[in-house]
Amino acid sequence: MARIIVVTSGKGGVGKTTTSASISTGLAKRGHKTVVIDFDVGLRNLDLIMNCERRVVYDFVNVIQGEASLNQALIRDKRVDTLYILPASQTREKEALTREGVEKVINELSETFDYIVCDSPAGIEHGALMALYYADEAIVVTNPEVSSVRDSDRILGILQSKSRRAEMGLDPVREHLLLTRYNPARVEKGEMLSVADVEEILAIPLLGVIPESQVVLNASNQGVPVILEAESDAGQAYDDAVARLLGEEREHRFMTAQKKGFFSRMFKGG
Amino acid sequence: MSFLDYFRSKKTGTASVAKERLQIIVAHERGQREQPDYLPQLQQELLAVIRKYVQIDDDMVQVEVDRNERCSVLELNVTLPEH
Repeated sequence: MARIIVVTSGKGGVGKTTTSASISTGLAKRGHKTVVIDFDVGLRNLDLIMNCERRVVYDFVNVIQGEASLNQALIRDKRVDTLYILPASQTREKEALTREGVEKVINELSETFDYIVCDSPAGIEHGALMALYYADEAIVVTNPEVSSVRDSDRILGILQSKSRRAEMGLDPVREHLLLTRYNPARVEKGEMLSVADVEEILAIPLLGVIPESQVVLNASNQGVPVILEAESDAGQAYDDAVARLLGEEREHRFMTAQKKGFFSRMFKGG
Repeated sequence: MSFLDYFRSKKTGTASVAKERLQIIVAHERGQREQPDYLPQLQQELLAVIRKYVQIDDDMVQVEVDRNERCSVLELNVTLPEH
């Protein structure tokens, strides 16, 4: 039985696809057979972030509608060989993701995979509801900013009422907070909500804090999941998050501003 | 900003405002979330009935369900115009 993890947020542009790419890559790198599914029908982008956009032949909707088999649609990652990508359809209607169709695909994947990561579209409509419906765990991606925090709370409400686990009265979906685009220097100046502020408002366990970093854009420009930038702060922060997801204890890092020394201030212009 | 404010400004950031606003709106929306689905329609129908007799605004009928351990209370709050 695979563990099903939805990466969700409500608000768009907070880093869901970046997170899906890195979390799934991290799980696969640790030897777990992992598939990451793009649920954003009509606006697929996971393929670009994972650098397999030119290898897409069949997609999720083709599989649901029986036009292709799962094996035909799954794309094997070129960097990590236990990682597969199931791309979203770029042309179909969102309603093509029927609950029965999604269930059939997830059940089939469950037979051979350890982890199924569902990359949710933004919003709280059909695609987002389908992405979270079968989840065992949810990674709620949040920016330290008012609209993102409010939308995350909204998504938490939906996880608690409209997921399969909620509807069937099973154990609730395990919720994790992943705070992205965190800028400790601005937090210290009182300009940005702190980790503690967001934790207090949303009241769910913290999976990780990803610092705002130039590396994230550089990585997506090249189609490299940022977790593979092992030297970078954001890459290491994602690696910590994956370790915690698997039950390891790791201290949180990158939550305080780097104090610039006298020389770096002198020579790098502060 | 005066010269002295520069040293005092530790607490003047906007993050504390953001936190306060979020706490209020999130608490409010969580309250709504636990309400039964039929409430909005019930409110609309009550409004329509009352309007047969008195002209009132949409926000003058408040409907809430309070759940206690032993029973639920449907709380209706109708404000009538002053004259």
